[in-house]
Amino acid sequence: MAQVQLEHISKVFGEGADATTAVDDVSLTIDDHEFMILLGPSGCGKSTLLRMVAGLEDPTSGDLLIDGLRVNDVEPKLRDVAMVFQSYALYPHKTVQRNIEFPLKVRGVSKAERAKEAERAAEVLGLTDYLRRKPGQLSGGQRQRVALARAIVRRPAVFLMDEPLSNLDAKLRGDTRAELVDLHRRLNSTFIYVTHDQVEAMTMGTRVAVINKGRIEQVGSPQEVYDAPASTFVAQFIGTPPMNLLPPGMIGASDVQIGVRPEHLRVDPSGTITGSVRQLEHLGHEVLLLAEGDGGLHLTARIAPHDQVPGVGDVVRFTADERFLHRFDAATGVRLP
Amino acid sequence: MKRRLRDVPGAVAMLLPSMLLLAVWTVYPLVKAFINGTKSCDSTGTRCTDVGWQQYSNVWSSREFQDALAVSLKLALMTVPTGLILGVGLAVLADKHLRGIGFFRTVFSSTVATSVAVASLVWVVLLQPEIGVLSDLFSGWIPSLKNPGLLRDPGTALPAVALSSVWANLGFTFIVVTAGLQSIPRDLYESAYVDGASSWRRFTNVTLPMLTPSLLFIVVVLTTRALQAYGEIALLTQGGPNPEKSTTTIPYLIYGENSLIRNNLGLKSAAAVLLFLVSLVFAVVQYRGFEKRVQYAR
Repeated sequence: MAQVQLEHISKVFGEGADATTAVDDVSLTIDDHEFMILLGPSGCGKSTLLRMVAGLEDPTSGDLLIDGLRVNDVEPKLRDVAMVFQSYALYPHKTVQRNIEFPLKVRGVSKAERAKEAERAAEVLGLTDYLRRKPGQLSGGQRQRVALARAIVRRPAVFLMDEPLSNLDAKLRGDTRAELVDLHRRLNSTFIYVTHDQVEAMTMGTRVAVINKGRIEQVGSPQEVYDAPASTFVAQFIGTPPMNLLPPGMIGASDVQIGVRPEHLRVDPSGTITGSVRQLEHLGHEVLLLAEGDGGLHLTARIAPHDQVPGVGDVVRFTADERFLHRFDAATGVRLP
Repeated sequence: MKRRLRDVPGAVAMLLPSMLLLAVWTVYPLVKAFINGTKSCDSTGTRCTDVGWQQYSNVWSSREFQDALAVSLKLALMTVPTGLILGVGLAVLADKHLRGIGFFRTVFSSTVATSVAVASLVWVVLLQPEIGVLSDLFSGWIPSLKNPGLLRDPGTALPAVALSSVWANLGFTFIVVTAGLQSIPRDLYESAYVDGASSWRRFTNVTLPMLTPSLLFIVVVLTTRALQAYGEIALLTQGGPNPEKSTTTIPYLIYGENSLIRNNLGLKSAAAVLLFLVSLVFAVVQYRGFEKRVQYAR
């Protein structure tokens, strides 16, 4: 079991004029037993960060510590980490059993021991009936489990997962999310999980690090990040539909931008925000009301389906409780106290 | 079913051009060769008499054919494994993201654009006992380079031909293996690396198994090329040195300038058909033998 520390880690690809900074001065401590989510849009540097922990990329600067030991120059096999790839990276010519055994085989574990451990890992993931099959004969979900079994078989201190659910269909993704949380609880080890899917981040992580353009915008529990986003980027990245940002000056001072979540907007004839309804999305349990107003105002409000739902084209007034308003610096997007 | 029938005229129209080409240039000559193999003709090849299928077994069991078959098989044994190992080795070496690697890739694949005639001439000059570069450089270690010369020594003539043949085919092997290597997902290597596999283990557990389709293709093509070797023999050794006929392969027995049967259309056809059957058997055995081990990516 292990703690992972990133201290002022940067990664620059290319040289001179072609240089691209993928990770920019990131410091983050991932505690023992934690399920840490690295969340961000594609190209934000989250996978590069994970690959540096795995040893597949070298940091350009900064220190990477596992259990207090600097591992910048340590080969992956000595870092005691296991990685699950987005593509699963299963060996197509090996059976499921051989795939799962592979990390043990390269470590010189005896054949009998290997078989025992592989069976144990297969049992944890419900793969016992598929041990003799090849990956090509399995469904996407089963392959994903083989990749997980191969990761858990040698009981590493840290699990690294790079968008492991993104190739699964929506139903399976939902089921597997719950299973991964369960697996984390049973293995009681450190998970670092990369995703661009905020639902995965909200439902699985003990903490979430929201990353944008190579920098960490905010680290906190999913609820903290949702309730008190540190920047307009985080505010808009987490939550479906995203937080409404009102044009600066519409409420309060002109250098303050107000944000309000769709569920906190109420239709109220005495409200201060005015917009005309452009579209209604009936989702069954709720209605999403999309409205437009002066000054580039775009709003989304969640309303109960049985309330008086306005029609398209109606001019509607909205209000929100003071305690649900988020204040950001209009210039920098940083949250104001 | 109805729809299938309706598609037939269109399908035939689409296939007709290639079917015609195949019929005229492949099927007809093949059938004609089979039939010619049952005939005995005079030197002009015009007056032929039917001697029957017996001629095939006569040719097969003849001393000349058996000797040539042995030479052809030896040539295949010398060239196929060597060519395969060298081609894979070079391709793996060049499969790196290094500055200037393109230059080496070009050099390694260049023999693909070199005709058998040019390749053989290069080796004639290199191996020439009096003025050849190789005999000047290495005759201290290998005296037969100078006297009588590798191509003139019955013991070394065939290996020397094989050397030129391996060199000439290296570009082809290199290109096919390089293409195969580039189709292997990088994730597989990275996963093996994180799991602690050494570079040799990554080669044996990822590279080689993932290359099997390319390797099978190369083995079949190189074997067929070795069995059909003619140009390099004609230019390097003319089937000699004689009287051992150390490098008289089956194709050289059929067409060669010094060949006994070059004026006998019937015997030539019979030998050619037998060579076709031998190549076919090899190809089938190779496909069958490797089929189960070949991993086509899924």
